[in-house]
Amino acid sequence: MEHIAILQVVIPLVLAPLCLVIPRYAWLIAFFGSLAALCCAIVILLAVLGVGDIFYVLGGWAPPWGISLHIDPLGGYILLLVTLVATLVVVWAHDSVSSEIQEDQINLFWCMFLLCLTGSLGIVATGDAFNVFVFLEIASLSTYSLIALGRDRRALMASFQYLVMGTVGATFILISIGLLYMMTGTLNMVDLASSLPELRDTTTVQAAFAFLTVGVSLKIALFPLHQWLPNAYTYAPSTVTVFLAATSTKISLYVLLRFFYTVFGSGYAFDDLNVDYILLPLSILAIFVSSMIAVFQKDLKKILAYSSVAQIGYMTLGVALANSQGLTAAIVHMFNHGLIKGGLFLAVGGLCFRIGSTSLSDLRGAGRTMPWTMGAIVLGGCALIGVPLTAGFVSKWYLIVAALEKDMWYVALAILAASIIAATYVWRIVETLYFQEGDSAGREVPVYMLLPTWLLIAMLVWLGIDTDLTIGIAERAAQSLVSP
Amino acid sequence: MSWFSHYNYWIVIFLMMIGLYIVICRDNLARKVIGLNVFQTSVFVLFISIGAVRGATAPILAEGFTEYANPLPHVLILTAIVVGVATTSLALALIVRINEAYGTIDENQIQAKDGDG
Repeated sequence: MEHIAILQVVIPLVLAPLCLVIPRYAWLIAFFGSLAALCCAIVILLAVLGVGDIFYVLGGWAPPWGISLHIDPLGGYILLLVTLVATLVVVWAHDSVSSEIQEDQINLFWCMFLLCLTGSLGIVATGDAFNVFVFLEIASLSTYSLIALGRDRRALMASFQYLVMGTVGATFILISIGLLYMMTGTLNMVDLASSLPELRDTTTVQAAFAFLTVGVSLKIALFPLHQWLPNAYTYAPSTVTVFLAATSTKISLYVLLRFFYTVFGSGYAFDDLNVDYILLPLSILAIFVSSMIAVFQKDLKKILAYSSVAQIGYMTLGVALANSQGLTAAIVHMFNHGLIKGGLFLAVGGLCFRIGSTSLSDLRGAGRTMPWTMGAIVLGGCALIGVPLTAGFVSKWYLIVAALEKDMWYVALAILAASIIAATYVWRIVETLYFQEGDSAGREVPVYMLLPTWLLIAMLVWLGIDTDLTIGIAERAAQSLVSP
Repeated sequence: MSWFSHYNYWIVIFLMMIGLYIVICRDNLARKVIGLNVFQTSVFVLFISIGAVRGATAPILAEGFTEYANPLPHVLILTAIVVGVATTSLALALIVRINEAYGTIDENQIQAKDGDG
């Protein structure tokens, strides 16, 4: 039981090469890998909420010399999101992968998927700054190759673009870790946090902070560093898009929060260096500009990709408000948006599976032949806009409350105005799929593809009505970040 | 401390800027990868500089040596070099596939062929 923190990273890691050895059962292996990780994540989250933070020392080497894992409420929350989405995606993806990936590459696909899961879980679980970089690269490298498996040749360019920007971002993070090590002589996050306060005015630490913020922002796809995201989401295989859209940017945002609050201390980023002066305008720009671009896209996946950039803006906006309410809103939205985009992209993947295209012009009238898939898109779209009784409403509500608490009424207004733009692009999708005459020949997707989709969509409605669960955990997470 | 007493850091900054410039300004994908490599190498030099102490040796107990350098930054950079090799090989593999699919590895020509400039 005490090893559970490392088990959820190790299980997918060990199972990944097994996919190469037993190609026939690659899907089954991936399924068991993610299911096991999900079970671990649930146990971890319950333990963290019940007993307190989990510290696990790798190989018995005491920190700060050895590598330690550290999971707090926020970490447990993100672990749950990642493993939940991963498990549902694997269940959903059995046929979708067969239709999109060459047969002799399917086992390689699942191997990469498990490695990507390993990296993602490792980033969240670790308490060591250099370990973050290593796991980040494991997750990123597997992601690049997964994206390149897309059928369209543009997937190759999307992957290459992401590789270049992602590597620059990761190297920035590496520089930052180097500078921090130079000043403190330690890599352990808790240890770093205790030695940094007396060094906070040195240029080296400030440079480390700047490199880290820009590097992680590249991985978050914070506007205007988001150029890699729309193409990567659009041309990757559907399965990869779902997993990426639901988890990767949230994990990067988790890294940012972990460094801002745990390592540098909550006052450093916002009181000393005033990062919010940059983060706040950029977030609002992200929300508006990306939503506007989304309205004019012709491809369903691209609409949702640009909408993702906008939604990331909401999360960073919550962080930039720099009060506990804003932080809570950001954390809730990380979770909710993960579920929203997961559900939406699963439904879109279903359309892609039956019709073979996600271009709006090919999808005319698909709502009549695929009612369940379309129902999921409509409900997911409502959550994206923030219609009451959906999860999206809860996070936006908290965001507006946080903005008003700081007397930033213009921010609250901006959030409301952006919802109208979101409603416009969602309406465009609904209009095309329901009301336009078309000869779309799709039929409903099989039950095991509908079930994961509707499970996520049902959770959106449930979490929109019963907010105790998500808000409760997010408040705990925000609290433990601000005053550890 | 004169301006050039830590000249290795100047080299780091110089290499870093050259690398980033190549990544941003070159259209040829292979050259972008070279730029990325130069950029990463500059960080390797940074880490190695951190670990170096003038006149110190590796931390192996032996007579006549009193000053030891911290080997950890060098170990870290060993990991980073492996990551760099993996990134480079993946990038080159992608370039080969791009060349097969488009018949060119020039970014502008590729965008022109896809028609979404």
